Amino acid sequence: MLPLLLLHLGLAACAGLLMRWLGRYAYVVLALGPAAAAAWAGGQWNTVTRGGAVTWTWEWIPDYRLDVALRLDALSCLMVLLAGGVGALVLLYCVRYFHPGEPRLGRFAGNLTAFAGAMLGLLLADDLILLYVFWELTTVFSFLLIGGNGERRRDRRSALQALVVTASGGLAMLVGFILLGESAGTYRISELVRHPPQPGATVTVAVLLALAGALSKSAVWPFSLWLPGAMVAPTPVSAYLHAAAMVKAGVYLTARLAPGFAGTDGWRPVVLVLGSATMLLGGWRALRLTDLKQLLAHGTVSQLGFLTVLMGAGHRDTALAGAAMTCAHALFKAPLFLVVGIVDHATGTRDLRRLSGVGRALPGVCAVAVLAGASMAGLPPLLGFAAKEAAFETLLYGDTADRWALAATVAGSVLTTAYTVRFLWGAFCRKRSSGGETLTTSVAPVARGFLAPAGVLALAGLVLGPAAGALDPLVSAYGRTLPPVAGESPYHLALWHGMGWALLLSAVAWAAGASLFPVRRRLITLQRGIAWPGAERAFGSLLLSLERISLQLTGSVQRGSISFYLGTALSVLIAAEAVVLALSGSWPRAVTPQGWDSLPQAVVALGVGVVAVLCLASRQRMKAVVLSGTAGYGTAGLFVLQGAPDLALTQFAVETVSLVVFVLVLRRLPPAFGELPTVRRQVTRAVVAVLSGVLVSGLIWLTASARVAEPTGPALVHAAEEEGVRNVVATTLVDMRAWDTMGESSVLGVAALGVTSLVFLRRRLIPASRVARYGQESGGGVWTVPDWQDRAGQDRYGSGGDAPERTWLAAGGTLAPERRSVVFEVVARLTFHPVLVLSLYLLLCAENAPGGGFTAGLVAGLALVVRYLAGGRFELAEAAPVDPGVLLGAGLLLLTGTALGGLVFGSHALDLGVHHGELPVIGSYHAAGSVLFDTGVYLLVLGVTLDIVRGLGSKIDHQWERAHERAARRPDGRGHDGGEAR
Amino acid sequence: MTVSLALVVCGGVVFAAGTALLLARSLSRIVIGMVTLGNGVNILLLATTGRAGDPPLLAPGTRVGRITDPLPQAMALTAIVITLALTAFLLSMAYRTWQLSGDDEVQDDLEDRRVALRGEYHALRRERYTAAARHRTGRGGGRDPLDRLRAEHQQSRERQRRLRRVERARRARAADLGGDLWDNVLGEDR
Repeated sequence: MLPLLLLHLGLAACAGLLMRWLGRYAYVVLALGPAAAAAWAGGQWNTVTRGGAVTWTWEWIPDYRLDVALRLDALSCLMVLLAGGVGALVLLYCVRYFHPGEPRLGRFAGNLTAFAGAMLGLLLADDLILLYVFWELTTVFSFLLIGGNGERRRDRRSALQALVVTASGGLAMLVGFILLGESAGTYRISELVRHPPQPGATVTVAVLLALAGALSKSAVWPFSLWLPGAMVAPTPVSAYLHAAAMVKAGVYLTARLAPGFAGTDGWRPVVLVLGSATMLLGGWRALRLTDLKQLLAHGTVSQLGFLTVLMGAGHRDTALAGAAMTCAHALFKAPLFLVVGIVDHATGTRDLRRLSGVGRALPGVCAVAVLAGASMAGLPPLLGFAAKEAAFETLLYGDTADRWALAATVAGSVLTTAYTVRFLWGAFCRKRSSGGETLTTSVAPVARGFLAPAGVLALAGLVLGPAAGALDPLVSAYGRTLPPVAGESPYHLALWHGMGWALLLSAVAWAAGASLFPVRRRLITLQRGIAWPGAERAFGSLLLSLERISLQLTGSVQRGSISFYLGTALSVLIAAEAVVLALSGSWPRAVTPQGWDSLPQAVVALGVGVVAVLCLASRQRMKAVVLSGTAGYGTAGLFVLQGAPDLALTQFAVETVSLVVFVLVLRRLPPAFGELPTVRRQVTRAVVAVLSGVLVSGLIWLTASARVAEPTGPALVHAAEEEGVRNVVATTLVDMRAWDTMGESSVLGVAALGVTSLVFLRRRLIPASRVARYGQESGGGVWTVPDWQDRAGQDRYGSGGDAPERTWLAAGGTLAPERRSVVFEVVARLTFHPVLVLSLYLLLCAENAPGGGFTAGLVAGLALVVRYLAGGRFELAEAAPVDPGVLLGAGLLLLTGTALGGLVFGSHALDLGVHHGELPVIGSYHAAGSVLFDTGVYLLVLGVTLDIVRGLGSKIDHQWERAHERAARRPDGRGHDGGEAR
Repeated sequence: MTVSLALVVCGGVVFAAGTALLLARSLSRIVIGMVTLGNGVNILLLATTGRAGDPPLLAPGTRVGRITDPLPQAMALTAIVITLALTAFLLSMAYRTWQLSGDDEVQDDLEDRRVALRGEYHALRRERYTAAARHRTGRGGGRDPLDRLRAEHQQSRERQRRLRRVERARRARAADLGGDLWDNVLGEDR
């Protein structure tokens, strides 16, 4: 079974190529797929007619009880034979249907073949979810096939309509499937049907939802609007998808579930009422239409209602009749569609008012159509007759509801006969115009190969009529899965059951149907009189109002202001939390918090709070930054007091780096914030902010009070103790939380990349401009005081002549003389190397003392920052002659390398173990794999810091200098407005 | 488990200050708000360790019972470093915004604004349609709100177009500072 599905998939994938190599004859190759499926299903005849089944299972996601379970029993064998056989013939028909030069034939062929595969999967699936997947695949391919090239609005509308109707039905069905599967404890369809779950409200709802999917797919009223619309697709699609295969999926699902669930409350009323109504409505509308394809489409809707009634009635014999009718319907409706396609090709129209005398011009086509039409009207000796007899007979011996359904189906059959006559007359007869002269349509000759597929199908209907007994084992095998009507002997499919009620009813249907033909004009007038605005319009206005509502909803929430969005999000959060807190009622016996742990803590906390509020109130950029930095240092102080030295160390380093970064960027921006919010806005912001502050601190207090579980901290401490390491936090970072650390490190790397790409725009400064390039680049030295800016400043900073004579830094000379400071240079020179050594110490001692990769990397970064601040960007390039990208990459490589190395050498990822050894001078040592990991973090953080300083420091300097040079070159000296580097 | 009121209140105040800054329009304020908010969160995270205690360093002689909970610390540590990276990223964004537009304010999303206007337009159109269907009478006195909205919608589009024009002109001027049009064509050397 799987090879067949894969064959379809492969053929669909290669369709484009085949089309290029073989032209339209590629369809012959593509037809191999469905043909193989039909042949294989035919090969299983003996197994399935004996009530057996062919199964194949592969556990897909065992945890969700999701299997790829395929199963072929009598019902699916019948359906595969039909879908495969009709599919192969329709693909052969395509050879002649399409003109060689038509665009995008490959795509069309691929979609059609893929649809055949999806249909096969749907019929074979024995798992509800798998069935759903194939179900939606057929929906999607149907959408693509109806939409065609998507160039015409009408096509797109029809495709969308089909998609919306069938996919929403499919979604309802999925819900039903899940309810069903969960209540039964299995998703295997065969088991579900054999042992249905206990009836109850859940099962009823589930079954009705599944039925909604089935009925929408089979275009049963009130879902029937999409099928006539889908007729904009090319005729092969209509013949295959919308007559023989896809629309039968709903009937198939009804038939599939009927053995287990036909007794569920609501099943029979829904199926019988809707099916009967559809049969009557479809037939009634078909009598009015003038487009042959539309006429057939409404006929199909009518027949699908009939099939739904038979399959859903839930008795052994009706099911048998339903299976036979399904077969008959495929064998007459597909050739009729194909014939319409031929007529359309030969005459250029499908309008029965313009067709005249085609039967005489195309006798072969006419013969095929008459054969198929006779089967549709249920005339002997065709299969349609045998199936309809079976339907009447079996419904007659059911209960009252069945008899009512019988009345409806007989009335439907009257209409069927009538529209069959109308179809045959419309397509092939000679007509007279109102003036009285005979019309003739010009008809192009038709190739024999074009007609052959339709002929084969129609002949099959003829042969299977007398030989209906041959079909009986298959349909009986399905029928036996349902309970018989009490006291009735099993019905068997045969052409002739003797004179009886059924034959009488058939005769009534023929006679009444034929008698409608002479009064056809009056009928049309009557129909026009009582027609009500169709579902088409309802659908359109539904879609439009949905669009409008969504637009209004979006518009009312999304007004464009980003701070408004943030405020909304926060307000929703606050409101939701407040409601939950208020409603929960069972407030924990909240412990009154202790005022403060120690006096210093209280003082520092107060200070931090005050500084934060001051920072909020500040209107100057730099002032705000400094205050925020102060709050940050205060936070570090709180960490120290709380007993978190690692945290405090990191916080100090981070705060320093970010202060420097802030200053580096904000020096270019105007000194004051430009925004002057209105009082109302300020109040709103303050309220939201205060409420969210109260919310978070209140939540922390409440959750801490409500805490019942023991903290994990002591366990961590014990684990560290057993490992023999001393710094619990650093060990946790590289050991227990190593995966998190790795992920967070990559976030750092990404952020650094973001900075680089925002500042450098095009490419990174490769090994940054070192001193050697200084001469070519900078005229007045780095950070020169521009003469326009502040001439008095020259004196303040000292003039160029006072520059230090000795060079303390490698690139000290590149700095503008007025910017140099001997003390700073000396300090930078003296501290640089010790700080680097300190960073290495912090890295290596992390197991035993405060430190670790993050802190160490930041400290090393700070050493570079000092060099930059003392000597400018050339100095930075001298201090770190590597590309930050290399550091980032090396860091990430080490991190992932440790993870993979642990997988290879250790017990699991990230676990490299500990190496003990002896060195000549140092003595015994041990090296943990985590040090390697921490080194990766170190390199990465160093790279990030370097990238930041280089991007926001050096590069901005560079841009500034260039702007000055440009301004200096301009004769009028404009461009001093501060935005010169835009 | 008891928490220290000083830490919780301080964390809440810092968090609130950060939130208020975050609600501002200026990008540099937003960045400062982000840093402040991060500090507040870290303080609150640390508050969950309970009573202040000894650092989790197992030097000989440490009383294990008095050690503070190391888990929140480990969680806060990476958060601190990530805040730095985020700060740098947002700052470079602020800088770039300033480079392009001359200030670092977050502008209203014009597309969103247009969606809102379209929504109002359709609502009113529908209203008028049903009203007209009901009364079949002429319009009442005063200006039709629909016309007003249409005009507003038109204006918003105009404004957007104007902004785009200004933006293009600004870029052109920036490129023009170099005086070499090849910079425009081939991109700038650096």
